[in-house]
Amino acid sequence: MRFSRFSLILLGLKMVLRYCAWRYEAFAARLAEVNFTAQMQTADGSEGRWFRFADGHLESGAGVDPEAEVVLSFKDARIAAQLLMPPVDFQEQIDALKDFKLKMEGPDELTSWFTRTLLATQTIGWKYGIPQADGGVRYTSMTNGGPVLVYVKDGKIQRLTPITFDETDAAPWTISARGRQYTPPRKTTLAPHGQNYKSIIYSPDRCLYPMKRVDFDVGGERNPQNRGVSGYERITWDEALDIVAGEIKRMKRDHGPGAIASSHGSHHTWGNIGYYLSANFRFMNAIGHTEVHHNPDSWEGWYWGASHHWGYSLRVGQCESYGTVEDCLKNCEMIVFWAANPEATSGAYGAFEGTVRRQWLKSSGIKIVHIDPYFNDTAQFLGGKWIAPKPTTSPALGIALAYVWITEDLYDKEFVATRTKGFEKWRAYILGDDDGTPKTPEWAAIETGVPAREIRALAREWGTKRTYLGAGGWGTGHGGACRNATGIQWARVCVCLMAMQGLGKPGINFGNLQWGTPIDLNFYFPGYAEGGMSGDLEHTAMAVELFQRMPQLPTMNTASQQIPRLFFPEAILEGKAEGYMWDGKTIEAQFTKIVYPKPGQALVRMLYKYGGSAIATMPDTNRWVAAYRSANLEFVVNQSIWMEGEAKFADVILPACTNFERFDISEWAGLGGYAHHGQMQLNHRVIVFQHKCIEPLGESHSDFEIFNDISKRLGLSAYFSEGMTELDWVKRQFDATEMSKFISWSEFIRKGYYVVPAEREELRAPTSWRWFAEGRKKDVPEPHPLPGDYTEEYLKGLQTQSGLIEFDCESLKRFDAEDPERPPVVRYTPGFEGPRDAARFAKYPLHLLTPHPRYSFHTQGDGKDSFINDIPDHRVLIEGHYYWIIRLNADDAAARRLETGDLAKVYNDRGAVICAVQVTNRLAAGVVHGYESSAIYQPLGEPGRSVDIGGCLNLLSPKRSQIKQAHSMSSSSALVEIEAWDGNPDFVSESYEAARASEVPLAGPRP
Amino acid sequence: MKKWNLIIDVAECTNCNLCTLATQDEYVGNQWPGVAAEMPKHGHRWIDIKRRERGQPPLVDVAYLPVMCQHCDDAPCIKAAENGAVTKRDDGIVIIDPEKSVGQRQIMEACPYGVVFWNEEKNIPQAWPFDAHLLDAGWEEPRAATACPTGAFRALKVEDSEMRRIRAEQGLEELEPGAATKPRVFYKNLHRFTKCVVAGSVAGEINGVEECLGGATVTLIKGGDVVARCETDAFGDFKIDRLDPASGGYTVKVAHEGFAAHSIEFELGDSVTLGTIRLSPG
Repeated sequence: MRFSRFSLILLGLKMVLRYCAWRYEAFAARLAEVNFTAQMQTADGSEGRWFRFADGHLESGAGVDPEAEVVLSFKDARIAAQLLMPPVDFQEQIDALKDFKLKMEGPDELTSWFTRTLLATQTIGWKYGIPQADGGVRYTSMTNGGPVLVYVKDGKIQRLTPITFDETDAAPWTISARGRQYTPPRKTTLAPHGQNYKSIIYSPDRCLYPMKRVDFDVGGERNPQNRGVSGYERITWDEALDIVAGEIKRMKRDHGPGAIASSHGSHHTWGNIGYYLSANFRFMNAIGHTEVHHNPDSWEGWYWGASHHWGYSLRVGQCESYGTVEDCLKNCEMIVFWAANPEATSGAYGAFEGTVRRQWLKSSGIKIVHIDPYFNDTAQFLGGKWIAPKPTTSPALGIALAYVWITEDLYDKEFVATRTKGFEKWRAYILGDDDGTPKTPEWAAIETGVPAREIRALAREWGTKRTYLGAGGWGTGHGGACRNATGIQWARVCVCLMAMQGLGKPGINFGNLQWGTPIDLNFYFPGYAEGGMSGDLEHTAMAVELFQRMPQLPTMNTASQQIPRLFFPEAILEGKAEGYMWDGKTIEAQFTKIVYPKPGQALVRMLYKYGGSAIATMPDTNRWVAAYRSANLEFVVNQSIWMEGEAKFADVILPACTNFERFDISEWAGLGGYAHHGQMQLNHRVIVFQHKCIEPLGESHSDFEIFNDISKRLGLSAYFSEGMTELDWVKRQFDATEMSKFISWSEFIRKGYYVVPAEREELRAPTSWRWFAEGRKKDVPEPHPLPGDYTEEYLKGLQTQSGLIEFDCESLKRFDAEDPERPPVVRYTPGFEGPRDAARFAKYPLHLLTPHPRYSFHTQGDGKDSFINDIPDHRVLIEGHYYWIIRLNADDAAARRLETGDLAKVYNDRGAVICAVQVTNRLAAGVVHGYESSAIYQPLGEPGRSVDIGGCLNLLSPKRSQIKQAHSMSSSSALVEIEAWDGNPDFVSESYEAARASEVPLAGPRP
Repeated sequence: MKKWNLIIDVAECTNCNLCTLATQDEYVGNQWPGVAAEMPKHGHRWIDIKRRERGQPPLVDVAYLPVMCQHCDDAPCIKAAENGAVTKRDDGIVIIDPEKSVGQRQIMEACPYGVVFWNEEKNIPQAWPFDAHLLDAGWEEPRAATACPTGAFRALKVEDSEMRRIRAEQGLEELEPGAATKPRVFYKNLHRFTKCVVAGSVAGEINGVEECLGGATVTLIKGGDVVARCETDAFGDFKIDRLDPASGGYTVKVAHEGFAAHSIEFELGDSVTLGTIRLSPG
């Protein structure tokens, strides 16, 4: 036997394994888990070593044991030594796998155990957290609402707090403006849905054990018609995983590719490795699935509308926002918050980071205007002028502003002449030259309900002051009016208005101080949209940077079929659905039609659902209820942390744990992808090691482990996990970033967070759009658009065909110049669900606004016995049940004899939801307000045929896409009627009955 | 002797509820011997937030008032308690002893601020104890103050004389009945919650078109005396604040160059929006 490096490494390995077992009790216990022999060797067997695990003892010898159950073989000893010598070079390792230089044979259970055991020798001694005086430990984690310090004692979470920085953490930035110095506090903030986390970790609604619907028999009667009604019984993990793995195989065997659909929510518990775009994508790609293709749910109007005027498709139609905090504080004279309520929505993930900046605004003398049918929380906080257009009429208001600017000469003609294209067509429309209707303030007053004199006054203020348009929660869009029937029009009008006012000149920009802080944007840390361990180069932003830094096995979905999410019920019930692509690579990608089924692919018969938010967040959701109760869906598995939403429509429930019960790594508001540099919402970049603060509750497992366990049953474990645990993946991501240059791994996992130092003043990113306004090449650190989308030189001009802001959109002319719903020049078309629909309006005269919720984050933080339920502006406890809130103007309430605290039925032909009344003067008459995204769907009788007392107001919203040639929800406004609830549980939903009637039973083999 | 005080700025409260949530986080599932027994998961809001809307759309404002144990120096609950169940610490913090207070409903009933809650399960009264256990362990402020994103909560440990100076300097007020109990919680901008506003919009025709009349002088008169005077903004809007509720009859006079002055009389019950005041050419 020669003593090659390989042989020595193997010998060393034996010693390390023995040392770890001697040194660490947990490691010794691990070695006692299985009895088998593993072999590591060269492919020809000329060199190797066997490792025999027997009742906790390790025996090992040089040579080859032909009886070994697990064989890890390397092409030759040189390659073996290269791959095994620490630190692991993942590029080499991945290449060796791809080139078949490295092979693993044996049952997945054992191969997985063996590789993890080898890796555990590296991780077993790590020390986490900071010991506390009371004997507890302080850990760290990250929520959708901000980072938290987690105080744990005796295996139980005591408390969660935001982080107050210590003296070793980096100093913040300072902005000098108007003779004052603005510096944010040295701490992090936390959203309500972050601060409440302890209450939902220890929620009685946790799914703690694998469960099966009592009347679901995988080998016999499945009773799909009882979904949502039957109870559950506890089963073992083995039973649950066998059913799921068995159904995956059966789908492929009986029906072929595409029969399994995968559907996740828009958000997940935070963490780059455990996120839905990471482990979930990797697993789903590994099995092949029909993708339930998302609509751009909070960006609708910007993606389908604004992008045609200015590009920014890689920001889903929302524009760049660099440097705008500083520019705004220095140069702006007025901010118009339009459908913008950042105090309620935290931008997204931004906690209350923008709040201190808006406090600066409050004392700066900058004038403030709020345009929103609801006197929203930002208006409450900041004060200023409140203008309340009727829902869906904001485009008319904006168009009338343009009329005043044109007729009173209040716009930037030089900018329009040199930086825009097609103004004369917009001007002709505004003045009525082309349709005979001048879009005067009086014209708009009839539509909007806003007095013409106020429209004129606003136009004159705006036209004479350097003004920021803070559109949507981010100031560059997002949420608000872009999600209603005229959302595309509104976003388009916003672009046209700013194009008339010299967008990019000092003090003139998009923003509401939510985005655009002067942080260091050159420090690399991946966002969640970069896909973590997904290996998915197509549906995440991994290809941009992470894939090179963190080499991993690529994954690709073999069943390329898609279902447009808004029409998932139609796809299941009718076997067909159509929509359009959300793909930001170019402006034109959105013109690609999705047709389900795809030629030659199987119709969907199995749904792998991740959580339960669809009934709360998708429009006209009694359709979903009908789809779930259809026999066309042969099998539904839901991998869920909580029993919430439509989890109770699943046949098998796989209990996942929260991110406080598993390891992960992430940056606060680090999104990547379509929200590149999302950290600009924050005052400080904070990167967090997410400790496994407590053991998973009950028998819950991390998503990663669940996927890995199913993978083992499909022979896919080595491919899915690359032999690693999620902790190993976390370390692998750390090593792939710049972090290791600034903080050691041991310090990072001890302290738990790292604050990226603020950017030096002279190196701060320039103000967005300034380059454009001044006719220079693009100079902000935004890697968009793709080089091929520049018309002239690289970095010169916008993504549009002309490189200019186009009032008359070339992309729309190329696609369909005659589309009356989305003409090349934006026009006002009244919303389809409003007074123009006279029959509906007569029956349902109240306009229901359903904005993003204030205290919960989509369904996160709501229900689940959360602390948030006790917030009187979130839910109201009446006779033992926490009801969702419906807000009405005093006149509307009086007319219906309703008072605060009454239970009322909010309904239309689609459904009925019982809510608690709150009478308020924050709404004009005719407009009512209740948040979307209740986590509770609780029909009082048969699902689809009774009232919901959970609060799912999306049962009432229209399913219709804003325009036909898009896949854009219009659900944030709906017509309803409200009346005192008489306690009757029954309700006939036309949506449900129509959906049931539309069902076309699938042909082919049945289970 | 330095003692704890809390200053709450009503104008900075947005009803985010983080003070309440942080307090639930601290006390639900945790007991802090000598300071507090576990808080029930639901039903208690040791820091509660009250809402007040003023005026009618579109001229409204909304204020929020966080209320909690006022840590009174002359606390009715201490007097009502038997066997020393409620005590005043040297640092000003009032503590309801979770063991000695068992069954003593009168402790809750004695509180004129309504901020003592009854724990049915444990049969004890409970209120916000200023996170005394954390302050004793070296924390710099109660969790509500740390969690507050606007700085609306400020906890100060100062001499009483210093606090009197701060009160006067910043115009801090107490909740009713205030002086009778000598609370250690003080409010800034309390008028946003307790006082009334009168608001309106002024308009007039210019060149045959109705316009907002900015720069109009609005004078509020009561019993012949000028109570307040302001100018309308670019939208013709005005708002006069700090009026006492149910304070009787007022006259608003609106004057703008080129228009006839106009007067409106009204009785002030609660806050009132006078709507659009249209001036005639003059």
